[in-house]
Amino acid sequence: MEFLHFHPETDFKLLLAVPLLPLAGYIIQIFFGRFLPRKGDWLLTLGMFATMCITLLMLAKAIYHANSGDGHGGAFWHHSSEAGMTWSWLFQVSEQPFSPLNLTVGILYDGLGAAMLAVVGVVSFFVHLFSMGYMKGDHRYHIFFANISLFTVAMLGLVLSDNILFLFVFWEVMGLMSYLLIGHFSHDPKSPRITHAAAACKKAFLTTRIGDCCLFIGFMMFYLHYQTFSFEGLWQATTQDVMQNGWQSWHNTAGLFLFGGTVGKSAQFPLHIWLPDAMEGPTPVSAMIHAATMVAAGVFLLGRLYPVLSPDVLVVVTGVGALTAIFAATIGMTVFDIKGVLAYSTISQLGFMVAAIGTGGLGLVAGLFHMVTHAFFKACLFLSAGSVIHGCHHEQDMRKMGGLRKKMPVTFVCMLVCTLAIAGIPLFSGFYSKDKIVQSALMTNELGGSWASAFAGIALPLAASITAFYMFRLIFMTFFGKPKDEHVHDHAHESPLPMTIALSCLAFLGMVGGQFWLANGDVMGSHPTWFEGILGIHHDYTDLSGLYPGVELQNTYVGLEAGHVEEVAHHAHSSAVVMSLIVAVLGILLATITYWRKIIDPAKFTATIAPIYRLVLNKYWIDEFANKTVIRLTVVLAKVLKAFDEYVVDGIVLTVGRINKALGFIHAWFDKTVVDGLVNLVGGLSNTFGAALRLFQTGRIQQYVSFAVGGGLLTAAWLILS
Amino acid sequence: MALGAYVAVSAALFALGLVAIAARRNILYVLFGIEMILNAANINFVAFNRFNGDGMDGRMFAIFVIILAAAEAAVALAIVLNVYHLFGSTKPSDADLLRE
Amino acid sequence: MPDLQKPFYAGLVLLVIALHGWGLSAAGVGGMAFGLCASLVIGGALMCIWERSVVRSAFSLMATFSGCAGLFILLGADFVGMAQILIYVGGILALLLFGVMLSPPDMGERKLVRVGGGMLVIGAGVAWVGAKVASTVKWAQLPAEELPEMESRAHDIGIAFIAPDQYVVPFELAAVLLTVALVAAVYIARRRMSDYTPEPDHGRVGGN
Repeated sequence: MEFLHFHPETDFKLLLAVPLLPLAGYIIQIFFGRFLPRKGDWLLTLGMFATMCITLLMLAKAIYHANSGDGHGGAFWHHSSEAGMTWSWLFQVSEQPFSPLNLTVGILYDGLGAAMLAVVGVVSFFVHLFSMGYMKGDHRYHIFFANISLFTVAMLGLVLSDNILFLFVFWEVMGLMSYLLIGHFSHDPKSPRITHAAAACKKAFLTTRIGDCCLFIGFMMFYLHYQTFSFEGLWQATTQDVMQNGWQSWHNTAGLFLFGGTVGKSAQFPLHIWLPDAMEGPTPVSAMIHAATMVAAGVFLLGRLYPVLSPDVLVVVTGVGALTAIFAATIGMTVFDIKGVLAYSTISQLGFMVAAIGTGGLGLVAGLFHMVTHAFFKACLFLSAGSVIHGCHHEQDMRKMGGLRKKMPVTFVCMLVCTLAIAGIPLFSGFYSKDKIVQSALMTNELGGSWASAFAGIALPLAASITAFYMFRLIFMTFFGKPKDEHVHDHAHESPLPMTIALSCLAFLGMVGGQFWLANGDVMGSHPTWFEGILGIHHDYTDLSGLYPGVELQNTYVGLEAGHVEEVAHHAHSSAVVMSLIVAVLGILLATITYWRKIIDPAKFTATIAPIYRLVLNKYWIDEFANKTVIRLTVVLAKVLKAFDEYVVDGIVLTVGRINKALGFIHAWFDKTVVDGLVNLVGGLSNTFGAALRLFQTGRIQQYVSFAVGGGLLTAAWLILS
Repeated sequence: MALGAYVAVSAALFALGLVAIAARRNILYVLFGIEMILNAANINFVAFNRFNGDGMDGRMFAIFVIILAAAEAAVALAIVLNVYHLFGSTKPSDADLLRE
Repeated sequence: MPDLQKPFYAGLVLLVIALHGWGLSAAGVGGMAFGLCASLVIGGALMCIWERSVVRSAFSLMATFSGCAGLFILLGADFVGMAQILIYVGGILALLLFGVMLSPPDMGERKLVRVGGGMLVIGAGVAWVGAKVASTVKWAQLPAEELPEMESRAHDIGIAFIAPDQYVVPFELAAVLLTVALVAAVYIARRRMSDYTPEPDHGRVGGN
């Protein structure tokens, strides 16, 4: 098993190839894609397959390292400087090693990175495979593939970055690619939703932009104080500073700004508004961006920057996450669009992850783990929904579906598996991560948490229950019962092979991606999972040195003994398991009796609570509120600036032009009068003298003789007199 | 008589010749004036020859002047006739093609 | 225009008398001969320029030429004097008279003021210059004692004309020149076909 050892020299070169392979594919595709056979989709899919294999290999190395006692069970943590691969991307001006202008970049590859890289590689490959069937006949087919490849490049680069600045660069590239991908149908003149697509991609970009600005301000504030962008540098500098001087107020502000980036990218309240509209993009795009990668980037950022967040910031993080979770779950209950339900489900699950990270310690690990499992089952859910839509000839309204399980069996099975995962049923991956999240919330409350963690302790289980409810509502409305629309039902068919293969593989991962219960028989999740293994964490959640080597965390379980924490964790685990199971079963039961057995009529129920229902159905009027306030303000500001530009700036330019023109007139006058005058004067003088001298040239000989005699006399006189 | 007397006469004749050329409105007076001037020069030559000793150069020159005056008078008269035919008038001021 | 003829002739007579007196006072009877010749010369010239009619002017030139010849003889240059009479009076004067006869009568205005003015100006100028010259310049002349005797040198003149070391070349050239001049004069004055036109052109004839 020698090949499973990590050798920095070769392995970092392989890691460098990971984003570069799809990038090369992108470059070839945008120039030559149109001319390749089948428009080059096989090229990019093969490239992504190679990338996936490399990332899986790297993950295997990480797991092997964790299990084999290679680092004595320690963490898997490598930086490319071990292979001598750090590049100074801004030239060195001074000799000081910490001079601000000596900026280097390298690759950071730790357990979190390994897991994330594998997730991105796998999901991206299956999305490519799925797109080969789903996007057939699209008139910008080759551009689509190029775009999802470049998007993957950005995400891979983001995961591999060792400093926040380069992470931000890739973050922005992902923002751009999500704009292009969501707006894919805005370039199709035959699409009926062309304007919606254009508006949606703009909304997505601008909303995440707000988050991006906050993130930039945040890490620049850190740079101002600590003169470093690299993660290691930031962790060290912050913890040292806090150990000596305690958390200062600027830490809170900067941390909130950093969290702003996550609020934007990971669609937390109040910047969640872009994600439901982003469903205008093609379904593979939704699967990749909104399930697995882009929205997870915000959570990943929190994971990387966890040590610099002060406890007060973490309280805010928990609060926002919990609020988002419950808020989005309630809306998800009322949505009839199949993709819309999944969109709100994503927002809600992201809220889970963020809230978990906010609670710290175990919650950090739980949140990150949930990110990994969520990627698999949500991607599968989106792709299944895409399969349903494709089968029903682009019908997305669930009220027109029904009884599709006999017509699309593979899709049905995959979707059911992933729905069980998201509902948190044991044996499926979602249970293990969600269970840990609830456990962390309960733990923090017991160890002396804040109002936010108390709120999270109530909201998160409730949200889990609602999640189970609306996901099964989706299943029942789509696959069970009598078909609501005969026309749709008649034409429904199972999807072609590339799509079903992708679905099945992802569903499989959605099932086993959590705990390898087949291997170690741990069905209830009592033991650490493979994820915690590669992070170097075994039972003891106070020691997160696997993730952050050499750093003493100042914001997690501060002042608490390790033994005490472990005890509380164990207690909380049992309660969490019980609570999770109860809420999940409750939710499924409620969905069953409403939508399968049709005992409760949803229409009568909504009529009873009509005002509340209308509130939720209209998504709490958030979009309209944002329109009236923020957008209107921005438009007014834009108008003011436009007026400034027109009157002041253009005015100055015009005035300069007019001055020039006036000067030109003066110049012309000068030229005409003075200069020409001088020339004419000379000519006039010549004329006058000539006229005067001409008087002597009369042509009369006698006068010439007189002149000659006169001249002679004068000369004689002069000679005589002198 | 002294030399000065002859020179004075010569000068007077010369002046009168100039007046004849310049102040009369007839081409022929130009010829008259030219002859008078030549004669004045001749008087000068011969006078100085007499009062300067034994030589004959002055007289020889005077003879040659007389010869050339004769030739010149003939040609000048031919020219005068041509000018009269060309301009149709004996007034020299009518022959002003040299006028600027 | 006041009639200036009478004062002119009076002045002319006075001039003649003055010249005679001057000659008499300077050199006795020989001086009077000088006075006569001088008065012929100057008087003739004055009359030439003063006379209105061209014919009279031409004839007064005869007096001038004769006076010149007399002056030459008084100066001992007898050959020159004879040559003067022969050529000037006999040849050139005749030529001038022919010219006068071939031109139309002088019908134009006769402004004698111009003549008078010209005389005054030029006369004054020449007189002044002459006086200055006479007073300041040393004349190239021998003193009266050393003057050679006056004798006829015609024989010497003849020798001079043909002696190879004297004036033979100019003599021959002068002969050629006379021939050329005669032919040229004939050629220039030939009749042209345009001479037979009834009226001569009074404007610009020929090219500019």
